[in-house]
Amino acid sequence: MRPFVYERPTSVSVAIAMASHVDARHVAPTQANTQFIAGGTNLADHMKLGVAQPVRLLDLNTLAEPALRQIRVTDDTIRFGALVRMGEAADNNDVKHRCPLLADSLKFAASGQLRNMASLAGNVLQRTRCEYFRETSWACNKREPGSGCAAMEGFNRQHAVLGTSDACIATYHGDFAQALIALDAVVEVEGRHGPRKIPFARLHRLPGDTPDIETDLAADEVIVAIDVPLEAWSRRSRYLKIRDRESYAFALASAAVALDMDGDTVRQARIALGGVATVPWRARAAEAALQGKVMEEDVAEKAADAAFADAKPREHNAFKVPLGKRTLVRALFETRDMKV
Amino acid sequence: MNQAAPVPKENQGEPVVRIDGRLKVTGQANYPADIATANVAYGALATSSIARGKVSKLHTDDARAVPGVLDIITYGDMDKTDKPKFGNTGASSIAPLHDRTIFHDGQIIAMVVAETFEAAEEAAMLIRADYEDDPPSASFDSKGAKVEPAAGKSPMLKEDVKVGDFDTAYASAAVKIDQKYSTPTQHHNPIELFSTTAIWQGDQLTIQEPSQNVTGWKIELARQLKIDPANVRIVSPYVGGAFGSKGPMTARTAIVAIAARRVGRPVRCVVSRMQAFNTQTYRAETRHRIRIGAGKDGRITAFGHEGWEVTSRPDSYVVGGTSATGRMYNYGSVLTHISLVHADRNTPGYMRSPPETPYVYALENAMDEMAVALRMDPVEFRRVNEPEKEPIGGKPFSSRSLVKCYDQAAQAFGWSKRDAAVGSMRDGDWLVGMGCATAIYPTASAPCAARVRLTADGQVRVQCGSHEIGTGVRTVAGQMAAERLGIGMDKVSVEMGDSALPPAPVSGGSISTASVCSAVLKACDAVRGKLFAAAVAGDGPLAGSGNAKLEMEQEKIVASGGKSAKLSDVFKAMQIGAIEEYAEFAPNGSTPEALKKLYAGQAEFHGGDQDEDSVKYAFGAEFVEVRVNSYTREIRVPRIVGAFAAGRIMNTRTARSQLMGGMIWGIGQALHEATEIDRRNARYVNRDLQDYLVPVNADVKQVDVILVPEIDLDVNPAGVKGLGELGNVGTAAAVASAVYHATGKRIRDLPIRIDDLIA
Repeated sequence: MRPFVYERPTSVSVAIAMASHVDARHVAPTQANTQFIAGGTNLADHMKLGVAQPVRLLDLNTLAEPALRQIRVTDDTIRFGALVRMGEAADNNDVKHRCPLLADSLKFAASGQLRNMASLAGNVLQRTRCEYFRETSWACNKREPGSGCAAMEGFNRQHAVLGTSDACIATYHGDFAQALIALDAVVEVEGRHGPRKIPFARLHRLPGDTPDIETDLAADEVIVAIDVPLEAWSRRSRYLKIRDRESYAFALASAAVALDMDGDTVRQARIALGGVATVPWRARAAEAALQGKVMEEDVAEKAADAAFADAKPREHNAFKVPLGKRTLVRALFETRDMKV
Repeated sequence: MNQAAPVPKENQGEPVVRIDGRLKVTGQANYPADIATANVAYGALATSSIARGKVSKLHTDDARAVPGVLDIITYGDMDKTDKPKFGNTGASSIAPLHDRTIFHDGQIIAMVVAETFEAAEEAAMLIRADYEDDPPSASFDSKGAKVEPAAGKSPMLKEDVKVGDFDTAYASAAVKIDQKYSTPTQHHNPIELFSTTAIWQGDQLTIQEPSQNVTGWKIELARQLKIDPANVRIVSPYVGGAFGSKGPMTARTAIVAIAARRVGRPVRCVVSRMQAFNTQTYRAETRHRIRIGAGKDGRITAFGHEGWEVTSRPDSYVVGGTSATGRMYNYGSVLTHISLVHADRNTPGYMRSPPETPYVYALENAMDEMAVALRMDPVEFRRVNEPEKEPIGGKPFSSRSLVKCYDQAAQAFGWSKRDAAVGSMRDGDWLVGMGCATAIYPTASAPCAARVRLTADGQVRVQCGSHEIGTGVRTVAGQMAAERLGIGMDKVSVEMGDSALPPAPVSGGSISTASVCSAVLKACDAVRGKLFAAAVAGDGPLAGSGNAKLEMEQEKIVASGGKSAKLSDVFKAMQIGAIEEYAEFAPNGSTPEALKKLYAGQAEFHGGDQDEDSVKYAFGAEFVEVRVNSYTREIRVPRIVGAFAAGRIMNTRTARSQLMGGMIWGIGQALHEATEIDRRNARYVNRDLQDYLVPVNADVKQVDVILVPEIDLDVNPAGVKGLGELGNVGTAAAVASAVYHATGKRIRDLPIRIDDLIA
């Protein structure tokens, strides 16, 4: 492990000032010399593996602002402070009651120990678990732009079928982000030029030709809060995660579903898909296919077909297309049948 | 009732708590890399990123510039040592720093030694190699992989097992199957990482390293370093997960020893989990073709088992499981053939039940298919083919309680509630399936020495250079002494894991309990002999009881007539403070050199299919229920029941724990574990616990172990059949059969995943 400087800023503004070096304006946060660390459950691993090589870490855990550690629930919004731990949010009774999808997506992620360490903002920014990304002797356009992609023709069982490019097929593995994108969450960011709000759907960037650039954030910007609007579909919401083992594994396919029902008829649906795409993945075509329909087998299946219409499977991950569809169908029925 | 401590039945010992249980769960047990070592420097490995070729140039300047780097051991630095050898003691003949040839991905190309672990790691990552690389062969079917018959390539497989006229019997069989099965590459991932610490004091070398074979390693390391074995000591007080991974010594041990000599201080190298995939042994992938022919009555007339196994280019590691599969049932004829496939891979090695796990998986999955083809209940099918004698040599089984195991497990499981029709059982959205399979493991033992000391105040010390690899052997060796000497367990101490102790064989092949307990028994009997002689002597406290039967209990010597004498009084009469006896045990049929070989670090195994009088195996029957989601097809295992008979059970607690752990591993083998290989370059892809999946608690719901009473006095003096490797044999086949029952899909290639069922 390379030596690095470790500093503990005392407020958001101090943290931003410390991060606002010249290089912060030109490189992605993951390539910057100065990087933020919160729970450290992802970055510390990558530093040990040589995947991330920051020369200076700014520890956000010492920021003084109390709101960073709070969950505020009002009639129309749940506001998560960026430093709230995954475990805290998963166990919060208001969150569980008002929007089960949020709590479930956190509960089914990682392990108890990791959930107690990892911050919510850090969690949504977690990097891919692609095996070829994690080990520095493989070619990887995300880790080392222009070096190629070993996964493309290699062992790609866990890789994405949606949102892929010729440069990268690495899956975005997070669970919480699927809930957030489905629920039209908004991310509040502080930076050199003051605060700004980013719709969650615009936080992550498709890999395209630059898979190394993963988000819309600058290297000196800090997420301070995540707002989730509470709507008619929030209570009837669910996260279904399908994986190789029953706990402590990434999704092979997952579905975040929220439904506003009028009897048997879907008034509005909100759907996101995990484990199958390169970024948090909103399935708008599936939502449209359900709107105004009675939720029955063929309707749900058509919605699932729509969600995967553009899927590009590769040698080992073709199963993710039927699995992703069936995961969505099952999640739709389970959500429909929720007692709310 | 405490499930963890089953009430002993006939011929079963008390569920005594593990001697070291409290130390382990409170973190006080010091594993080899935990042992405080003054002035220690740290080693970190640099490894190759190609699988085949040559290192043309090594760039170490950047690494040497890292502050704190003391030395870099690389090509040329091992020239004064002898190369490692492949065999039971040595993991591979590949001598990574003797030779610039690269035989496999992740081969050691250097070791950095530094003041801190962090500096060593950083420097190791900065070492770069230029290669002349050749296209490698990754596995089966790879261009350039060399296929050859396995028989004769290893003492484990002298010839392919066969009997009768298979071809004719198979051709004329009324019902038959011909199917292919496979098991994946699997890697050892013990929670205790692999490590070596080397400490020189003058010309005395101490190695602290987790080991299943301290005596063997002492001899082998001395050979490589060209020093007197008397100057080498291997210390391995606790081992955090062995399962074969710490049986053969790897090339690293000598490298660390040389490094310690060069820097003039102790050196510790803890291998990263990723690097362990390439620098330690593992279970290579296997393929099988099984042909079974039977009459309409279900009696098997022909059994054919062909196996293919991957090994490295230079070494012929043979798994060879047809010895067990060929003797399992009452086949009319048997034809087997095993082939080795040499590829550009690190040399495989032992992993829990090395031959039986893959081979019996194939047999038992095929047996279930055959039962389906015959429209027979799979338990009944096995009952019909229960042999009186093993089919190959016509020898009797020393004991065989398989039918009893099936009966008891089937009843506990509720097999009679199974509806045989495929896909007929459901629980809401979940398809329910039930399957079963046979477990078998050869019962062997090997020469072993032990020293037992009894003091006048009733303290017992047992010393034996065996290894506590989590099996509970320290506890059961203590139990043997406590029982034989009539002393409470609280006054018994047991020392193991040190080559300075009386030698024991490698802790492999499930021989330890039988071998160690037989040696301890012999030493205890020698102590008893001295005490008894003194007790009944003319001036002894039991004078006149010379013809009585004497026993030791509660720190007394008790004569059959009822008279007794306190142990302390016997010692007083003898005018001594302690009796210490050193005993050597050799199994029946041992060669005259067997004990000499023990001191040379070579274990001569007896039992299994080796003996003249009988074949010796332990058996079990396992029943599994699976649930498969009707939408998403994930497979869960809500319960599993296994009944096992293994002669005398020394301790029902440790026996249950072993068998339960085995079945849990079996679930992992069925559903989770597999090392993925990038076939383009023969490199492992998923080298960590993020992507190499093993079952977690949530995957293991109910596991029931039934210990079926069995008495077998032929196997060894202790009457013990090893069961450490019994529990995980057959489990994966039972799961595969249950998945078939639930879904109608017969999955023959492990692991069984959603991918296989979703289509």
